[in-house]
Amino acid sequence: MKQVVHLNINGSPYDVMVAPNATIADVVRRQLGMTGTKLGCEQGDCGACTILIDGKSHLSCITLAVASEGKEIVTIEGLEQNGKLDPIQQAILEKQGVQCGICTPGVIMSAKGLLNENPKPNHEEIVVGMSGNLCRCTGYEKIFDAIEAVVEGEYDDAATPQVGAE
Amino acid sequence: MDQDSAYTREQVREFEIVGQSVPRVEGYDKVTGRAEYTDDIDLHGMTYAKVYCSPVAHGIIKKVDVSKAKEYPGVLDVIVGEEHPKKYSVNDLLPTETPLAVDKVRYFGEGLAAVVAISEQIAAEALALIDVEIEELPALVNAHDSEASADNLIHDFAKNNTNHTAEQHFGDVDDALAKSDVVVEETFYTSMVNGGFIETQSVVADYDPGKRKLTVYNCNQLAHTLQHTIARTIDMPLDDIRVIIPNVGGGFGGKTEATPSVLIASIMSRKIGRPVKLTYDRDESIYQNKGRHACHLSLKLGFNKDGTIQALDLSILLDGGAHSGWGFVVLWFIAALTHLPYKVRNIRYEGRRVYTNKPTPGAQRSFGGVQARTAVESCFDMAAVELGINPYELRMINAVETGYKCPSVVEVRHSEFKKCLESVATRSDFANKWGKLPRGKGIGFAAGHYSSGGAFLLYNSSRAHSTANIRVDTEAGATVFCGVTDIGQGSTTVMTQIACEVFGIPMRKVNFICQDTMLAPMDNGTMDSRATYGAGHAVKNAALDARSKIFDVAAAHLGVRAEQLQCKDELISSIYDDNRFINFWEAVRMYQEVQGTVFGTGDYTPPQPRGDYDGKIIGPSPAFGFTAQIAEVDVNLRTGQVKVLKYYEATDCGKAVNPASVEGQVEGGVVMGLGQALIEEIVVDRNGRVLNPNLHDYKIPTTMDVPEFDSEIVDAYDPTSAYGGKEVGEAPTGPVCAAIMNAVYDAVGVRLTEVPITPEKVFRAMRGQHSRGLELETTTIGFHNAKIRSV
Ligand code: FES
Ligand code: FES
Repeated sequence: MKQVVHLNINGSPYDVMVAPNATIADVVRRQLGMTGTKLGCEQGDCGACTILIDGKSHLSCITLAVASEGKEIVTIEGLEQNGKLDPIQQAILEKQGVQCGICTPGVIMSAKGLLNENPKPNHEEIVVGMSGNLCRCTGYEKIFDAIEAVVEGEYDDAATPQVGAE
Repeated sequence: MDQDSAYTREQVREFEIVGQSVPRVEGYDKVTGRAEYTDDIDLHGMTYAKVYCSPVAHGIIKKVDVSKAKEYPGVLDVIVGEEHPKKYSVNDLLPTETPLAVDKVRYFGEGLAAVVAISEQIAAEALALIDVEIEELPALVNAHDSEASADNLIHDFAKNNTNHTAEQHFGDVDDALAKSDVVVEETFYTSMVNGGFIETQSVVADYDPGKRKLTVYNCNQLAHTLQHTIARTIDMPLDDIRVIIPNVGGGFGGKTEATPSVLIASIMSRKIGRPVKLTYDRDESIYQNKGRHACHLSLKLGFNKDGTIQALDLSILLDGGAHSGWGFVVLWFIAALTHLPYKVRNIRYEGRRVYTNKPTPGAQRSFGGVQARTAVESCFDMAAVELGINPYELRMINAVETGYKCPSVVEVRHSEFKKCLESVATRSDFANKWGKLPRGKGIGFAAGHYSSGGAFLLYNSSRAHSTANIRVDTEAGATVFCGVTDIGQGSTTVMTQIACEVFGIPMRKVNFICQDTMLAPMDNGTMDSRATYGAGHAVKNAALDARSKIFDVAAAHLGVRAEQLQCKDELISSIYDDNRFINFWEAVRMYQEVQGTVFGTGDYTPPQPRGDYDGKIIGPSPAFGFTAQIAEVDVNLRTGQVKVLKYYEATDCGKAVNPASVEGQVEGGVVMGLGQALIEEIVVDRNGRVLNPNLHDYKIPTTMDVPEFDSEIVDAYDPTSAYGGKEVGEAPTGPVCAAIMNAVYDAVGVRLTEVPITPEKVFRAMRGQHSRGLELETTTIGFHNAKIRSV
């Protein structure tokens, strides 16, 4: 029943044995130990599990691993490079678009997907583009602020931020 | 600070790190996916549990046959309710819950058996082999019916299904109402809503058979209370249990109780000697609920012609669901909340909480506040119309100020409530809009408050509510041990800021160790908006204790008196002479050479409740946060759809220790309130089946549902608090339903008295009052300026 699939995740090849009904979320979280991708519903409702497949945002809880061979998968773990944050990560951190953080990886991946498709979204487009990501903590204001700051180029030269005031 | 000044920074309230919007200490981990939540934990030899959920809401258990499931390959054990009949609750007062149902099921989704297996998949497959037989009883799904049902009892001991009753009477309400010039009276209903945290409850229980100790990882808000509950329910010595709280993916009050899963996993891990993980699916999370109580309220307010409030007469019926839980506290909290934020002297309160066959509600952000504010703030609006006084003015006339003593003797030691009222009224241009907008557009005012700092302990009532210990040395910097839980609200960051402020050292020099009952001292936990105020005091006191030891060394070295020293930028210097200084860490090193590591300890206990009346231990508070809010709405006259266009808010949270975090609490709190006001409700059918146990039918607000925000933190400093700060996590959620109701009234002239305010309800209300509505279309202003009615 199980079969081997070859997945490209965050630029590295992974051969994993999966059941036909295994989702990407199952594979990254349970088999590969990449728990940055979160699960809030496993029914496609909350967006916490959002990842990028070929640059577009997808819900990993309802995407089958067997259907993802040969595609480029990026999870939250794939954004930070050598201790340097992606501008969206840094903006969410600095603008306090993160509280409990459970929605945050999904929010960041959705924002990434949105900006890949539309690098200069206006407020309306951000609201619509992010409408699949539920956040119970922030009321979304600071998430909008963060994405808008990235769109406006505030984080173009993102450097590793210092945590806390120096 | 002026160099020549002899004042310390604290005296002039100018701080280095307190008051800065410092990013979250754990923020980097959260934006990179490194932050570990309970379900992310993977331990050696991990096993996985699943619960068989009852398909009926009320019935006698005739059979739970688990023999086939036990035989299923990969299954390690199966347990049923009768093996573990010990009851628990939030404390000893009225324990009603068991880890799994015993003899009877009382709500849809209640656990009947649990399977532990080598994988989640196998555990799920084994559940299908369990054979259950339940003799169904009529489900009681309405609080009024439940009360009237003398022979269908949910718990045998609870006559008329009554769980608790509460009564308070101050002054002479009948007399005051009789003498009032205007009396408004209305009944309200607030729905049952769910916390809707994106992380469902999860637990990993890890019993070590060698040491005979149990470690429990669980996304709970109250580590020490949870430890007690586990110890008593599964009969283990308290100190053999260690509770560790990983990152919590949202709590909002709903994670202040032990879920059955924690006890099930603990029991199973002890039995099989391996770690057991149990994570609820979204539907199970909703069945376990512990969200906000549905509440029927009927309220009378009496006013004099000049707008001064004379009397408040409130009676309520809380729909308690199947169990006890936080119910009695909610009941008394609503009583306590009606004393404020207006200066009312005559108060009568009667409350009842009854059992129903529904998921049990518990604590949720603005616990008791949403219910109380919905009724009181709506009636204020009605009274404003009757009195011909602008709702803003009416609130100003009655607003509490610093030093006000409630008839219950509870004292408001600090209030900038009036500033809040003024702030929103001015920013929104309320006076020029209220009653003057075109039909379909409306503006609504509401306000509120919340207690801050917590006044009672569930356990060990004579202990400090918060304790912090600090170790300072050159090997690890300053390490703070404190039991408070960061559930996303930012307590770790705020506590770190407070410690930094005392020591004058940067954030990265402070390690904050919390959420672990073995490492951190006993703490009342994250509830009742008490973290910044209560634990903040303890951390500050501990830091001051450690600092005084370091100052003694520095003082001797510099030849100045210790009380004339200050700390800033990692330097200890004389407040009179900046040139007399020593590096902070050098002073620490000097202390260490002689006396070893620097230790400091501090604690906090709020003043004991005073007075002599029932319910006095619940509600009194060392501090109160205040909020004022204005909503602008657009009501679609054809469909009844309400759209919130703009939301004004003003907060008195004392000094904002971290302003961006305060804004985040306000925005998140208001949006949670908007969810309840407009879209959220757990729907239960007549058999007690939950019809929307998922996030597509149970809707919480999305990005598309939030209005434009305009909020302000008013200038305030509560001198009773560590660095002047008080709560902001709960007050903002309370008045939202009322603000929307009042705005809808302003828009279309119909008073909705029930949430959620669905298009259907607005549409029907507009139709039901068609003639009045038409009349209003032309005379909106006239109606609002109605003559004072004498009673
Ligand atoms: S977990 Fe995938 S959408 Fe909720
Ligand atoms: S930060 Fe908690 S759900 Fe978004």
